[in-house]
Amino acid sequence: MVENTTHSEPSGDDIRPPKASIGVIGWLRANLFDGWLNSVLTLVTLFVLWKTIPPFFRWAFVDSLWFTDGAVCRDAPGACWSAVTTNLRFIIFGFFPYELQWRPLLAMLILFFLLFYSRDRTHWNKYLAYGWVIGLFLMGLFMKGGLFGLTPVDSTQWGGLPLTLLLSVFGLTAAYPLGVILALGRQSSMPAVKYLCIIYIELIRGVPLISLLFMGSIIFPLFLPEGITINSILRAQVAIILFTAAYIAEVVRGGLQGMSQGQYEAADSLGLNYVLTMRLVILPQALKIVIPPTVSILISAFKDTSLVVIIALFDLLKTSQTVLSNPEWMGFSREVYLFVAILYFLGCFSMSNYSRRLERELDRGY
Amino acid sequence: MTEQTEKNIISAPDDEAIIDITGMHKWYGEFHVLRDINLKVRKKERIVICGPSGSGKSTLIRCMNRLEEHQRGQIVVDGIELTNNIKNIERVRAEVGMVFQHFNLFPHLTIVENLALGPIWVRKVPKKEAEETAMYYLEKVHIAEQAQKYPGQLSGGQQQRVAIARSLCMAPKVMLFDEPTSALDPEMIKEVLDVMIELAREGMTMLVVTHEMGFAKSVAHRVLFMDFGQIVEENTPEEFFNNPQHERTKLFLSQILF
Ligand SMILES: Nc1ncnc2c1ncn2[C@@H]1O[C@H](COP(=O)(O)OP(=O)(O)O)[C@@H](O)[C@H]1O
Ligand SMILES: [Mg+2]
Repeated sequence: MVENTTHSEPSGDDIRPPKASIGVIGWLRANLFDGWLNSVLTLVTLFVLWKTIPPFFRWAFVDSLWFTDGAVCRDAPGACWSAVTTNLRFIIFGFFPYELQWRPLLAMLILFFLLFYSRDRTHWNKYLAYGWVIGLFLMGLFMKGGLFGLTPVDSTQWGGLPLTLLLSVFGLTAAYPLGVILALGRQSSMPAVKYLCIIYIELIRGVPLISLLFMGSIIFPLFLPEGITINSILRAQVAIILFTAAYIAEVVRGGLQGMSQGQYEAADSLGLNYVLTMRLVILPQALKIVIPPTVSILISAFKDTSLVVIIALFDLLKTSQTVLSNPEWMGFSREVYLFVAILYFLGCFSMSNYSRRLERELDRGY
Repeated sequence: MTEQTEKNIISAPDDEAIIDITGMHKWYGEFHVLRDINLKVRKKERIVICGPSGSGKSTLIRCMNRLEEHQRGQIVVDGIELTNNIKNIERVRAEVGMVFQHFNLFPHLTIVENLALGPIWVRKVPKKEAEETAMYYLEKVHIAEQAQKYPGQLSGGQQQRVAIARSLCMAPKVMLFDEPTSALDPEMIKEVLDVMIELAREGMTMLVVTHEMGFAKSVAHRVLFMDFGQIVEENTPEEFFNNPQHERTKLFLSQILF
């Protein structure tokens, strides 16, 4: 070490960064006031926030009424959350018989629990699959009744949040695998399969979901034999699945095209057949690449379930509108819609949050 | 160890053919990429294929496990003729290992999962056993400590050794190498060639497309020279390098051997 004097270690003092680049002031300067354009944007943003946040806060929390009747609300300067609290059970459960509403509540709790538990990929095993089967059976039982002494409830009385969740959770979980199969079919070397898939995808993507829902509810029954009816929720569900699957298929196709030829060749040269190559090598990579656009589609499909109002299903949005058409609560649409928006937001936010988590967990640095 | 003594340690080939190609032609559309290929590869034989870029070397070895389809002639691998019969193709592929220029490891799987995939799903070996085999071959290519990493975390030379081990896990009867070192940085070439030389010493049947002439001299029984889709010349390495017959071979050798 003695002869090492030419490369003396820098002394402690002169390696400290200049004061202004560290701490709160350093952070502010580096992120908010870095150049005049940045500074102006920061000031404008602060001004807008100052003008909007305090009044909103006042309206929503300080001046607001929570548990009154509609007449009292009319003179209040703040939000009338009473419109939501008083009608909460109707907004959530719609026309489900009032004294039986514990049943859809329980069904939703089972669903939330299963979804929450399934978030963790280390839980994905056959017991979880059994759990879902049992859970689905229980949910169906609680919604429909008719067994074990539970009063039957006709599906025309289902509504509100349980209906929205039913349409979206089943819609999305069925649409995803169907979309993947369509995407694979579109790449098929068999012309019949390939063109059927292309025609299907392009036809579905060429029409709005509303028209599919209409076709399902009005035109389709005309072709059924006399006396046979198919439940209108089921028809809406099928329309949502078919619609979403076509979009998923196109996104997945993009992922498949992003795969290099070398991956197929490596799998082939091990002697893996088509199904195994897809399942073990290609799809795990391709589906991972397209998580962000897939989740966008799932999120919009979730929100689009609200279109079922046009075929007279009472989903969450429709039950809220119904409340607002009651003379006592007419005019409190801000409050009611804000509440519904929060529920939708929670659903969408958890999806996009989960997708980011999946992406992180599946990141293999390639 | 000199080249000559090294060669002596290495076994001589059997008489029985493992790959038999007769009168084979291939076209890409109108382009006649392989012309009248006749080649018999014997068990334990090691063949180096060289030739200018675009001469059809890759296409030839890719025909041997039907990654490419030939249009005329016959290719018989391990007694099975390659036709459109997909079951036969899968059987042949399970017996023929292939190592690519760009490794083509599966990036979403760990190293040991990459190795165990084929045995588990194609050979139906129990997972635990397949992983033990995988570890055995990882030891062999001197990379066992990386077993739990992902391919993206390894250097090129390490990835190529993993790719070789992945093929070996299937206990192949032949190994095909398509320019296994030409995508590597110079300092990594040796570690891959060393692994291949060890394989040769153990009597593996190998077809290697490469321009590593040192490797050809020390392990090959035969060197093939290809140009314009034909096998122009074939000879023992000594004759091939010291006494090339064809003008095109001489030109090619003068270009790569500065
Ligand atoms: N998929 C393909 N379609 C059309 N032409 C091809 C294809 N693959 C290779 N070729 C052509 O075939 C010839 C031989 O290619 P290749 O076997 O890769 O040569 P090498 O490996 O000797 O460099 C080249 O001229 C190349 O351009
Ligand atoms: Mg090549």
